[in-house]
Amino acid sequence: MDATTHTNGSYLSKTGGKGGIRSWIFSTDHKRIGLLYFASLAVFFSVGVVFGLLMRLELIAPGPTITDAQTYNSFFTVHGVIMIFLFVVPGLPAIFGNFFLPLMIGAKDVAFPRLNLLSWWLYLAGGLIALASVVMPGGAADTGWTFYIPYSVRSNTNVIPALIAAFILGFSSILTGVNFITTVHRMRAPGQTFFKMPLFVWALYSTGWIQLLATPIIGITLVMVGVERLLSVGIFDPSLGGDPVLYQHLFWIYSHPAVYIMILPAMGVISEVIPVFARRTIFGYNFIAYSSLAIAIFGSLVWAHHMFTAGMSGVAAIAFSAFTFLVAIPSAVKVFNWVATLYKGSITLEPPMLFALGFIFHFLIGGFTGLVQGALSVNLHIHDTYFIVGHFHYVMFGGMGFGFLAATHFWFPKMFGKMYNHKRAAVGFWTLVVGFNTLYFPMFVMGWLGMPRRYYDYLPEFHTYHFISTVGSWIVALALLIILVNLILGLAKGERVREKNPWGGETLEWRADTPPIHENWEEIPVVTGGPYDYKRNDENESTT
Amino acid sequence: MATENAIAHHDEHRDDEGSRIGMWLFLVTELLLFGGMFFVFAVYKYVHYDAFHLASKELSALVGTINTIVLLTSSLTIALSIKAMEDGRKTLSLVLQSTTLVFALVFLVNKYFEWSAKISHGTYPGSEEMMSRPNGEILFFGLYYVMTGLHALHVIVGLIIIAVMILFTVRGSIDRDRHVHLVNAGLYWHLVDVIWIFLFPLFYLIA
Repeated sequence: MDATTHTNGSYLSKTGGKGGIRSWIFSTDHKRIGLLYFASLAVFFSVGVVFGLLMRLELIAPGPTITDAQTYNSFFTVHGVIMIFLFVVPGLPAIFGNFFLPLMIGAKDVAFPRLNLLSWWLYLAGGLIALASVVMPGGAADTGWTFYIPYSVRSNTNVIPALIAAFILGFSSILTGVNFITTVHRMRAPGQTFFKMPLFVWALYSTGWIQLLATPIIGITLVMVGVERLLSVGIFDPSLGGDPVLYQHLFWIYSHPAVYIMILPAMGVISEVIPVFARRTIFGYNFIAYSSLAIAIFGSLVWAHHMFTAGMSGVAAIAFSAFTFLVAIPSAVKVFNWVATLYKGSITLEPPMLFALGFIFHFLIGGFTGLVQGALSVNLHIHDTYFIVGHFHYVMFGGMGFGFLAATHFWFPKMFGKMYNHKRAAVGFWTLVVGFNTLYFPMFVMGWLGMPRRYYDYLPEFHTYHFISTVGSWIVALALLIILVNLILGLAKGERVREKNPWGGETLEWRADTPPIHENWEEIPVVTGGPYDYKRNDENESTT
Repeated sequence: MATENAIAHHDEHRDDEGSRIGMWLFLVTELLLFGGMFFVFAVYKYVHYDAFHLASKELSALVGTINTIVLLTSSLTIALSIKAMEDGRKTLSLVLQSTTLVFALVFLVNKYFEWSAKISHGTYPGSEEMMSRPNGEILFFGLYYVMTGLHALHVIVGLIIIAVMILFTVRGSIDRDRHVHLVNAGLYWHLVDVIWIFLFPLFYLIA
């Protein structure tokens, strides 16, 4: 790492004559690390999708269809572990955070480039262990991704490897958080105060803090489950004086904030995409920035709403329910601000904008059904039914997933210097919307009617809903395939993009070369205005 | 402060304050990691109040006190080694770093004897002797092994880090103007010390 040699080539080209795989997997360039994450996440995501499809296929008809109950338990556990720990949690920060955080704040790299590379290696190791636990003798873990005690101690399957994988992935996530927070504090370009940062940076910053404060708790909790399995210490075993409900508290103290780790960066992406394609300054910048922090803070105080049926005092239940309703406010603030930004804008429905609007639509449904479950009396009725499965997927897939696809289509030309086919992207989007709603909306209905989650079999009265849902899963798979093929074709023989700012964005990354050079900038940019000054920009153009 | 000459040798992106911020953030995560365990300890001490007191009597306060003194002194020596480095007294710093290393080893040896004595008495998780005891005592010793074990793991990691710092100092990559790694190693070592300061009374002195 000789900082004095300045290479002006694209980050995709060889550095100083060194090429090959080693220049990638040992690279400390944040952009290359971002792409490493992109490739590895894509692989793990595909595995997760396959397990999801298998699960849905099993449920297409009552009774045994393609597999036995034990294998089905492993299906949903592996689907959950892979999707949560390997895709949704790391997804946006690891790929687009790594790639664009330094670009958006006018830095040459993150604060700790080597630590950044270590995070990726840990991620890879954790992912491989998770996959290994599926094929190793003993069978894939069958506890569900929540590893609930006491079953996670008694199950004979490969729970320990799954725990180790989750622990390592947590460590990787923590290191990324440390890196991003320090980067935001120390490496902003001259003139870029906190309130001139792009909102995606704000989202990453808030996410970093949650990663830092919540992840160690899940780490130690998983260690305790492992210890319990190996040594029978009794921490969570009631026959030895322990308390299984304590496990649930510790688990959700992390895992609820974790859903904000998952959704906040996606919200940040939407805050970037909307102003660009509405050609308007974002409405209520400060409110959006503060609402990220508010979500981070309130989101840490609502964990027990996952446990309303597990037994707790009435006062505690009311408090946790009230906080759950409170956390909806900052989320709603964001939605109102996005919609207000669209008002009187010059909207162009380019693919990234389509996905962003898809995010808002699905996130609304996901968010409101979350409130339904946060209400104490209703919760008793729909707890552990398909209603929660529907809600969760509307927020995670409809929210984070659509945000992820918006980010991919938005920054694709900047990352690769190529453009994908817009028409095909739109076809992919609409297929996905249809498939997504066919897949998950019936879950609300059957959940409301009493279909419990995670069941291998069901009563015939639920057959129609399960059937529709399974058909939806095929449409989703088709849509994902269309999107993937379109991106790969774009990469292989798409139109070359050389202009710095193909979409007309105002944030700093659009001032860098396309694709960016090795150290991002010939000269560190100086920031004078806010990140979304479209109005001022138009005035400047009209006077010149 | 760093001279012009010194800067020329360094990486352009060097940011000592950034490194320290990063270390502090990491220490926050370590505190929360142990915080989860302390939380569990607090809950069970509240539930099994008497059993925890009875079980605590079996731990040797003397051994615990010796280890506390050893660890506190080692925190002093690592702090002094940083000061010595800032004053440009490299040899003195090396001696102090090595002293810290020795203290860390003494702590571990002490721990080893303490644990092996307990284990030879049959006091370990899952043993027959253990299972015949009341629930509270099982939990107390379970937590004792897990928490002091996790702490000992941190001592070992700290030991390795300090050994690397000694190597860096000998090789000259840590010197008067570039010692942020040593400062960070010191911060980590203080954390190990701080955690012990809470472990010691909770396990040894509540009897």
